[in-house]
Amino acid sequence: MNLEALVDCLSSASCAVTQVSTGLIVGMLLFLVTSGLSLIFGVLGIINFTHGAFYMLGAYFAFTAYALSGSFLAAMAAGAVGVGLFGMAFERLIMSRVYGRDILMQLLVCYAMILILDDGVKLLYGGEYRMMGMPDAFALPPVEIAGGFVPGYYLFMVGIALAAGLALWLGINGTRLGKIVRALAINPQMVGALGINTTLLYAGVFGLGSLLAGLAGALAAPIRTLTPGMGLSILIESFIVTVIGGMGSIAGAFLAALLIGFTRAFGAIGFPLFVDGMMFALMALVLIVKPSGLLGREAA
Amino acid sequence: MRVSLMRVSPLRAGLARDVAVAVAGLALLLALPMLFPQPALRDFLIYFFAYGLLAMSLNLLVGLTGLVSFGHAAYFATGAYAFGLLMQSGLVSIPVAALAAVGGTALVALVIGAICVRLKEIYFSFITLAFQMFIHSVIVTWVSLTGGDQGLRGGIPRPPILGLDLNDARVLYGTCAVVFVLCILAMRQVAQSPFGYTLRMIRDNPARANFLGVDVTAMKLGIFVFAAAMASVGGLILALFVSGAYPEFAFWTTSGEAIFMIMLGGMKVFLGPLAGTLLLQTLNHYVTIYTEHHGLVLGTVILVIVLGLRRGLADVLYDWLQARRARRAAASDPVPGSFEPAPLADGALIKGRTV
Repeated sequence: MNLEALVDCLSSASCAVTQVSTGLIVGMLLFLVTSGLSLIFGVLGIINFTHGAFYMLGAYFAFTAYALSGSFLAAMAAGAVGVGLFGMAFERLIMSRVYGRDILMQLLVCYAMILILDDGVKLLYGGEYRMMGMPDAFALPPVEIAGGFVPGYYLFMVGIALAAGLALWLGINGTRLGKIVRALAINPQMVGALGINTTLLYAGVFGLGSLLAGLAGALAAPIRTLTPGMGLSILIESFIVTVIGGMGSIAGAFLAALLIGFTRAFGAIGFPLFVDGMMFALMALVLIVKPSGLLGREAA
Repeated sequence: MRVSLMRVSPLRAGLARDVAVAVAGLALLLALPMLFPQPALRDFLIYFFAYGLLAMSLNLLVGLTGLVSFGHAAYFATGAYAFGLLMQSGLVSIPVAALAAVGGTALVALVIGAICVRLKEIYFSFITLAFQMFIHSVIVTWVSLTGGDQGLRGGIPRPPILGLDLNDARVLYGTCAVVFVLCILAMRQVAQSPFGYTLRMIRDNPARANFLGVDVTAMKLGIFVFAAAMASVGGLILALFVSGAYPEFAFWTTSGEAIFMIMLGGMKVFLGPLAGTLLLQTLNHYVTIYTEHHGLVLGTVILVIVLGLRRGLADVLYDWLQARRARRAAASDPVPGSFEPAPLADGALIKGRTV
């Protein structure tokens, strides 16, 4: 515990700005991953435990694409689209076979898939840590805000994440396709009876959710070390975000992701050993006081 | 409800049979190392006791109550660490440390369970997984107490209990076997008690249980704590045997393996998870000999079994035996002038879980 350091940091503008920016990017990555998880759950009614592994896959896809092309744009596209396609294939070939069956089977399938993906990555890239490095396009001097320095890449990342979140929200709430997806979540039989190909839609939604995880992985690649199994901690954190924010609520996920991001960033200064505990305490508190989450509609 | 509760006396008829089976099982376990004196077999069986208790206790949640916990290994690890730390303090004897470790784990489970059992189905799975990773992160971060990544080192002393020298591998094995059989017997008694049947009702129809005045949350919490305590005994056996405790005990893959053991063993027979433990342990043993890509092989095997067989290996065997029995019965009891009754449809058998 070092609360003095925390108070010092909060009272100095430069430190506060640095930590806020750190909290923002942690929160944005979490938001992307969680919104994908939440989307899949909301429409298909399953929790994709492999979501963390998809995040890892996104980072490695981006790593490879960047090494091959040298363009970060291509790396981002490879991470997002590659994982999106992979997610669709996973849904069609494997996950769809356990719909409506015991939760145990769904869990086992996901467990098996995580083992395979983690080991597959280890086989292809080796078990040691990999660094992608900051793309040349972002090798700029950090931006100075109120005495604190924020790397330009952070701003770019926050922008992309916000844009993706906004696009998702508008897409679901403002388009015809979004309306169909919302209907699918409530009454799939009726949607099917209206002549809409629900199988394709399910695969598409699963793919879109995976794409968001892949995009988060690709965005994280330049600032995080890549290792097989890197998806696990973000999976657990996105569970926590889902519980705090409320299942199925994109706005709730956004709010909770920021909350966790800031808890992580400032906790690292004030109580480094207790950061995980703090996140769990927050989650427990929400579960006890408001089990449906901050912005959740129905009781979980 | 009242009536049925009163009808079942504490000394139910099945108890004598269960005790007889337990004694026979214990005799077999004690005889095995005498018939095959290789130390490797003894070691294999002690691992089997530890993971068997983990899988059996998890099945109290999964099979009996319908609570699919993905974080059961947390209590396995808590038991192992609590026991190891108490023994290393040198203040207490093994039985006292063991009881304190089991009690302590039950307390931890009470706190975590009180939060988790409010959630249904898949939410429950992911919240239990989250808490397990929390315990894992506590173990890894609290280096001064737990040794962090390296695990609890320095060995766990084994002072004699009642003249039994646990440093003798044979005595250690015998003690573990007795503890193992006692725990299985205790779990059997809980599963067959009125409480156990209430849990089955909660699994099959929670709304109805609620209408009948059953406090569903309290019942779920009760079995959650009991299952955690039983899992901690497994962890304790392992800690005593390997003379240490490691963060892997609390890692999510340990819980995943326990779930797979249950699935492999099937949920129709009470001792099914033990069959699953045996199968998975044998598989792990050979896989680690031939390849370092353990996850790739294990993952593929799981996918093939879940998507291909669609049930556990023991269930396949059980269904086959049932179908054969049905055929036999049909053959020995011919009804003149009628069609031969068809063997029981597979679907009817797949439906049922632990009876």
